[in-house]
Amino acid sequence: MTIDPDQRYVRNFNTLTRAEQDRLSKSHVAVIGLGGLGGGVCEFLARTGVGCLTLVDGDCFDATNLNRQLLSREDCIGSPKATEAGKRINTINSSIRVHLYQAFIREENILEMIRGADLVVDCLDTIRDRFLLQAAARSLGVPLVSGAIAGVTGQVSVIFPGDRGFELIYGSQPESVGTGPDQGRGIETRTGNISYCAGLIAALQASETVKVLLGRGEVLRNKLLVADLWTNTIEVMDLV
Amino acid sequence: MIQIDLKLFVTLSKYHPRGGGAYDVAENTSVAQLIGDLGIPVETVKLVFINGKRALPDQVLLDGDRLGLFPPVGGG
Repeated sequence: MTIDPDQRYVRNFNTLTRAEQDRLSKSHVAVIGLGGLGGGVCEFLARTGVGCLTLVDGDCFDATNLNRQLLSREDCIGSPKATEAGKRINTINSSIRVHLYQAFIREENILEMIRGADLVVDCLDTIRDRFLLQAAARSLGVPLVSGAIAGVTGQVSVIFPGDRGFELIYGSQPESVGTGPDQGRGIETRTGNISYCAGLIAALQASETVKVLLGRGEVLRNKLLVADLWTNTIEVMDLV
Repeated sequence: MIQIDLKLFVTLSKYHPRGGGAYDVAENTSVAQLIGDLGIPVETVKLVFINGKRALPDQVLLDGDRLGLFPPVGGG
């Protein structure tokens, strides 16, 4: 079905200009991780008008994802997350170019996955892999929009090549994060994750992505936005 | 004594007698000393913010400071 872009995006105007809408349609964003954060991020970016999406996740949906992951459904348990994400994007806007990778990121494959993207969105669930992704984005010279959640607390930051990035958030040694069976993960192994917190942080990541792509607004570079929903605290902290 | 506004995020909140808010500390107390006094395992604190700016654990607290302590948050 062909839909006139002017009609599709009429409600984006005039928050976005037509020139900005056109710029988004020519943009390529890689979303790494398609769980609680990534499912929301790719939905928001597709609906806002990003023209090309690379979607990466090696996992398949299971019953524990149903409490929060927008792409998960009872009828797709066992299906690859990347496959379901691609289907979902196609139902929103079939003209979006989608590159799917059903694989977990590793040193050997990450550069191939994100090469050509204008921006990378970190929706991963291990801190160790976040450092790997940061290094890859850095080497390709592209900005990284990172989000993370634990329970009803979440955080967002924007990392440009050359920034200290995760070192300021997690410390310089990713190996020091977590011990035992939870090695490489954060406190979310004890708190779980709640759907509306994932949705909130995903929305903030999509917002930062659009601002970076358009060069507009205030961006969370060298800053960490922290949201705690038990206390209704949303605060932007200075990392440097 | 001085009084600070102490906010402990996620699983750290259990170490504040009331979950968070005003907290009395002795003058010249550093963040690291306070973490120890509260009984928080030092390895569980990954980020320290004082008055909205990232700080190091050896920073000495001043009257009226807003102190935030964060565990590592990494879920997606």
